[in-house]
Amino acid sequence: MSKTATKPKLSRRKFLLVSAIAGGGVLIGYAATRPSRHRRANDMLAAGDERFVTSWIKLRADNRVTIYVPHAEMGQGAHTSLAMMAADELDAAWELVDVEQAPATDLFANDAVVSGFGEELLPGFLTGLVNFAALPVAQIANLQITGGSSSVRYTGENSMRAAGAAARRMLLECAAERWGVAAAECATELSHVIHSASGRSSAYGELAEAAARLEPPADPVLKDRSQFNIMGKAISRRDIPAKVDGSAPYGIDAHSGDMLYAALRLAPVFGAKLASVDAQEALAQRGVRQVVELEDGYAVVADNYWRAKQALELVEAEFEATENDDVSSAALAERFDRALAENSGSRDFESGDADAALEVAQDVFEASYRVPYLAHAAMEPMNCTVHIQGDRADLWTSTQDALGIKSRVAKVAGLSEDKVTFHHCYLGGGFGRRLPFTWNVIDHATLIAKEFDAPVKTILTREEDMRQDYYRPAVHSDFKAAFDANGSVTAWRNRFTGPIQVPGAAHIPYAIPNQSIRVVDVETHVPIAAWRSVDHSQQTFFIESFIDEIAHRGGTNPYQLRMELLQEHPRHRNALQVAAESAGYGSGLPEGHALGIAVQESFGSIAAQVAEVSIGDDGRPIVHKVTCAMDCGRVVNPDTAEAQIESGIIFGLTAALYGAITIENGRVVQGNFPDYEMLRMATTPEIVVHLVESAAAPGGLGEPATPPVAAAVANAIYILTGQRIRELPIGDRVFVMDRSLAGNV
Amino acid sequence: MATFRLNGEPLELEVEPEMPLLWVLRDELGLTGTNFGCGIGNCGACTVHVDGNALRSCVTPVGVVEGRDITTIEGLAAAGGADELSPVQQAWIDYQVPQCGYCQSGMIMATAALLARNPAPSDAEIDAGITNICRCGSYPRVRKAIRALAGAEPSA
Repeated sequence: MSKTATKPKLSRRKFLLVSAIAGGGVLIGYAATRPSRHRRANDMLAAGDERFVTSWIKLRADNRVTIYVPHAEMGQGAHTSLAMMAADELDAAWELVDVEQAPATDLFANDAVVSGFGEELLPGFLTGLVNFAALPVAQIANLQITGGSSSVRYTGENSMRAAGAAARRMLLECAAERWGVAAAECATELSHVIHSASGRSSAYGELAEAAARLEPPADPVLKDRSQFNIMGKAISRRDIPAKVDGSAPYGIDAHSGDMLYAALRLAPVFGAKLASVDAQEALAQRGVRQVVELEDGYAVVADNYWRAKQALELVEAEFEATENDDVSSAALAERFDRALAENSGSRDFESGDADAALEVAQDVFEASYRVPYLAHAAMEPMNCTVHIQGDRADLWTSTQDALGIKSRVAKVAGLSEDKVTFHHCYLGGGFGRRLPFTWNVIDHATLIAKEFDAPVKTILTREEDMRQDYYRPAVHSDFKAAFDANGSVTAWRNRFTGPIQVPGAAHIPYAIPNQSIRVVDVETHVPIAAWRSVDHSQQTFFIESFIDEIAHRGGTNPYQLRMELLQEHPRHRNALQVAAESAGYGSGLPEGHALGIAVQESFGSIAAQVAEVSIGDDGRPIVHKVTCAMDCGRVVNPDTAEAQIESGIIFGLTAALYGAITIENGRVVQGNFPDYEMLRMATTPEIVVHLVESAAAPGGLGEPATPPVAAAVANAIYILTGQRIRELPIGDRVFVMDRSLAGNV
Repeated sequence: MATFRLNGEPLELEVEPEMPLLWVLRDELGLTGTNFGCGIGNCGACTVHVDGNALRSCVTPVGVVEGRDITTIEGLAAAGGADELSPVQQAWIDYQVPQCGYCQSGMIMATAALLARNPAPSDAEIDAGITNICRCGSYPRVRKAIRALAGAEPSA
């Protein structure tokens, strides 16, 4: 395995999880601009007949190729899709390709992601979380983030494809030199270089050692899409077989015979400090080793998680009072409303003069919307296993940022970063909860592990997971629209509560001449972070509901109005049209059904959705079908693309129908799935997906399907009932049918 | 002392009878394919078979399964009498069902038990029989895979 001095010696312990890197080969990494990477990779990770030629790609003499993927696999298919991109440019035979998780070292930091977000120092979906003043630039650049729907569109397009193309070129040149022919006379196919004129052929594996001695070309030529052999095909995901037989290792599955287990309770009011602990009874229980007191909580450590969890309930503890002990969701809602009423906030977007247009308007229409906090509720509860031995540590956790987590654990444990070994695991869901800077579980698990010689696995109960999350922000948003004498909309005025996590999420694609969009930041004690699609999930509900209200107010069909106001956005129009036609918009629907529409661009893709809804005998809405047309540019793997769209819709619909985290006495009320309900088989609608391929570069897919669905459903309910949903979740509200709007579809 | 058969092998363990089967499997035996999701028998991530019936192991004290036959995801293929995957597991691959995969051991065990007692469930019977939570939303593919196993969907 690795030749590094930091290689862990786990001789006494048989961890079920092993490091992703094992065995030797030729690692071809895309090192055109960073040749030092190339040499370091071979020094650190190549063994036997293996060599790195560029980053990410390693060849072996037996002609197998290993593609290292720097993104976490959390079900989005990144391991397979990114390997497809590199393998296609390499002209590799797919059956000879192995996919490995890139190790958590700076050698494999995916700076293509950070640079992919352009001028921003940090990807937008993280900006809301970071105290920039406190964070060194080096740390920002040193991440292995999986988020922002960025794997394919940034790492894949900018890095994996280039690595494959560079390696292919190097192999081809080696073969040409060996045969004494011009490189231009040679071709590559199915992991072989071929010289047709002489009938010679050489497997990549035979050329690997020589190719590894070359410098990768600085600007490798990428294929035209007509030359793709692997990209664009519905290829089976490589992570799935291990997920049907129980062998896929998640962070929570780290296991060893001498492992200890910690059950953790943190201050229920965010920010409160631990005041006192009586651990007598807990310590007397079978298997309990210690009760660890932390600044803001305590943990019971035992030889079995259930024993730790049972004993945790026997600890008598008190927390110091805080100024937030009386805060409730109702009080926060008042605070938000007051902030919007009293503060002008700061400019998010301005064009024309919205206030002037409102002054002279024939008609002004106002509406206020609000959405609650939401928990991530990944199926794998938050957990982290740390084993500290002297000056070094081993770390197992499910994370969207392996490198960042490694660095964080080193800091909290007081160790040098290169003395921490991160062991990769699959994620049992991420959705933003496992991004950097949401480190409460990681920090506490490390502090607890410092007390023991053995590996300690800290697991949150579902209740603790839900109550110690970093939540999707609750947002209030006020709108005004102005209409002229013709009923045309002339102004869009929007004031919403911040902070903004994704710049531009509140901007609209609609050609309304006067726009004023301002954000009023409101402080609360509730921790917030990115939640699948980040600000888009809230803002799209607001925007796509209010534009629908504008259509009805102005007497225009909501689909027609969107099409008219999207003249400058042909991709939006096309997606809307595909979704509407497929859903049967404007044609005969079953009696009592209606269609609601919404469209939103996020993370480089455009999602148009149509929800078919009826009202049940009990007055509750029934969502029968959601049709989605997704323009995500060029599609790398249509099957995983469809899966992500189905997933995103179900995630967004769950939030629209049920999702609410509420605060009472400063703390989160909800604790488990009965009071934070999820869609299940019986409540999931039929989902129809259309991939609207375009010539555009690949867009993101992990998130863009989530934002539109809430507005689409709410817009359908309005047509059925005349009742406008301005607050989510829809919950157990009861509706009455009103046929008067049926003509609006 | 807890005694039961696990994936065909007799087993004897010195644990409290109140300890949920889930934690016996995971922490005492190191069988980590059965997953912890909610701890209250709601989400189904911990589903195993006890004498062929689907049971949520996080709320099943090990004392309750005394002398019973327990099958976990690790033993499902072998329970079919072959080295190969069980039909449900194969359908899960054919239809590319899992995403993050964390709930899928439970989904597969619940499906295998459902099909054992009702080889051709209707959609309503699927809805009633599979109440597990999948946060990734693999439900449309779960349904397709079950329909295929029931002979009602063209094979993938």
